Amino acid sequence: MTENKIKKPFSFKRFIYNDNTVGYIFALPFILGFLGFSLVPMITSLVYSFTDMTFGDDEIQFIGFGNFIKLFQDEVFLKSVRVTFKYVIISVPMKLTFALLVAFLLTRKSRLVTLYRSLYYVPSLVGGSVAVALVWRQIFARRGLFNVVWTDLFGADAKVNWFGGNGKLAIYPLILMSVWQFGSSMIIFAAGLKEIPESYYEAAMIDGANGFHRFFKITLPCLSPIILYNLIMQTISAFMVFTQAKIITEGGPNNETMMYALYVYNTAISYDRMGYACAMSWVMLVIMVIITLIIFKTSKKWVFSEADS
Amino acid sequence: MKTRRIILKIIYHIFVLAFGFCMIYPVLWMISGAFKDNQQILNGGLSLIPKNFVKTNFATGWRGFAGTSFATYFKNSIFLTTVATLGTLLSSAFVSYALSRIKFKGRGFWFSCMLATMMLPGQVIMIPSFLIWHKLGLVGTYVPLILPYFFGQAFFIYQMMQFMKGIPKELDEAAKIDGCSKYGLFFRIILPLLKPSIITTIIIQFYWKWDDYMGPLLYLSNPKKIPVSLAINQFADASSITDYGAMFAMSSLSLIPVFLIFLFFNRYLVQGIGTSGLKG
Repeated sequence: MTENKIKKPFSFKRFIYNDNTVGYIFALPFILGFLGFSLVPMITSLVYSFTDMTFGDDEIQFIGFGNFIKLFQDEVFLKSVRVTFKYVIISVPMKLTFALLVAFLLTRKSRLVTLYRSLYYVPSLVGGSVAVALVWRQIFARRGLFNVVWTDLFGADAKVNWFGGNGKLAIYPLILMSVWQFGSSMIIFAAGLKEIPESYYEAAMIDGANGFHRFFKITLPCLSPIILYNLIMQTISAFMVFTQAKIITEGGPNNETMMYALYVYNTAISYDRMGYACAMSWVMLVIMVIITLIIFKTSKKWVFSEADS
Repeated sequence: MKTRRIILKIIYHIFVLAFGFCMIYPVLWMISGAFKDNQQILNGGLSLIPKNFVKTNFATGWRGFAGTSFATYFKNSIFLTTVATLGTLLSSAFVSYALSRIKFKGRGFWFSCMLATMMLPGQVIMIPSFLIWHKLGLVGTYVPLILPYFFGQAFFIYQMMQFMKGIPKELDEAAKIDGCSKYGLFFRIILPLLKPSIITTIIIQFYWKWDDYMGPLLYLSNPKKIPVSLAINQFADASSITDYGAMFAMSSLSLIPVFLIFLFFNRYLVQGIGTSGLKG
């Protein structure tokens, strides 16, 4: 009797075709992944950041805020924050400006434009590789390609010691490399430009707007949500720069290219201070969240949404 | 008037081509370096054409390190990259369908989690993930480098969702009337229409994974298991004098798979990026 009562409203068929079931079945990979590969490590990291954890050490001591206090007395850490900010603040705006200008230049409809776009995408395609990082290191080395050309042009005294001396110049080849890879942002801008209705431009033409006006009054506002997206994604990935710094300069000289991610890696793996590295990761997370929030907050002023018009 | 326009057009093409050439110059220089000897690479300047063609670089480089040749490294890279890309593709397509087309309880919450993951700097979870994999005894295997890709990659889920917004909702209605379930809708209608976005995912995930340096650096120590990205760096790491010719030869080879994938799928790249959903 009771069995019947339960069975009757429950139909397996209805259950399996229910939107909730379908939704959770399809979203399941992400839900599991989110819990297992993001949430659990994050919480673990937070717990470890209050300990003196080292690799393979089972006797972990809780040291309270010790790691965090030490961080703000750690000169290398403070320098790595400064250097990383410098890298992000110079490279991201330059990269996006290039990406936007080139995407705009390449909006014409022709077979050649597709070819050009591919040409400009090549650096993004290969730029993250170890191969290109090694080439970069060779180009900017003391006897590298850059100096060979430079001294041919301006005499032997003009030699630039990028990765030597006090290291103040070492970050610029890294920034240049990042700007050089504007292709992926360009592709996203290109996709956005394609969706701006031709009629906007036609109307502007009738009103006598020149190319300059059209770019600033139509293209830029229409593209602003995409600029926001690219700005956030590029800022985050610039904060995480690792391969280039590790291979080209190894953080040196004088820690002038000690990018945040590289310092976290060194602290954890080379110096075996896992707890300290976890604290560092969390400080990074907080910094990133604050920056993202600032970008979002200011974006209300400059991002044009179609609902307003 | 007409000649002026033609001249402007020519200037435009020359400018775009010249700038494009500068952009890919470092890559071309690397490829030409594969056919030069050390002396020419270090002192040869800008020239892209080797003075005397050195053909031995590839053979020397291919030999690899400590008895492991580049054949092994390439095999490792191809395995890692193919499996990870496949995993990303499948899982991200599933998840993006749920988040953009199905109204289920908690969708908003999981969508926010997805956005948060997308903006989460990977380094934050690098160390604890490493410790967890170590506890599980899986450091040194390919599992930490592959398994996470089967659980959806936020960036690609987001990209696919943007693209799906461009697929008319009327199709869902029509399918429903024809008696198609939500499962059928995905496999028969959405998935085929998602093709451009899937191809964009293949290109990007392929070269991300192929170029990945930090992952293998963290998890792999057995020299027989390392991928190409790690192997190439050994040319520069070796305590002896760097053999630039061999290094550039192997570097050039390492870029070939990425180029092939790109050339093959290139025309879909812009098509596959949906931006309509980014607008306010």
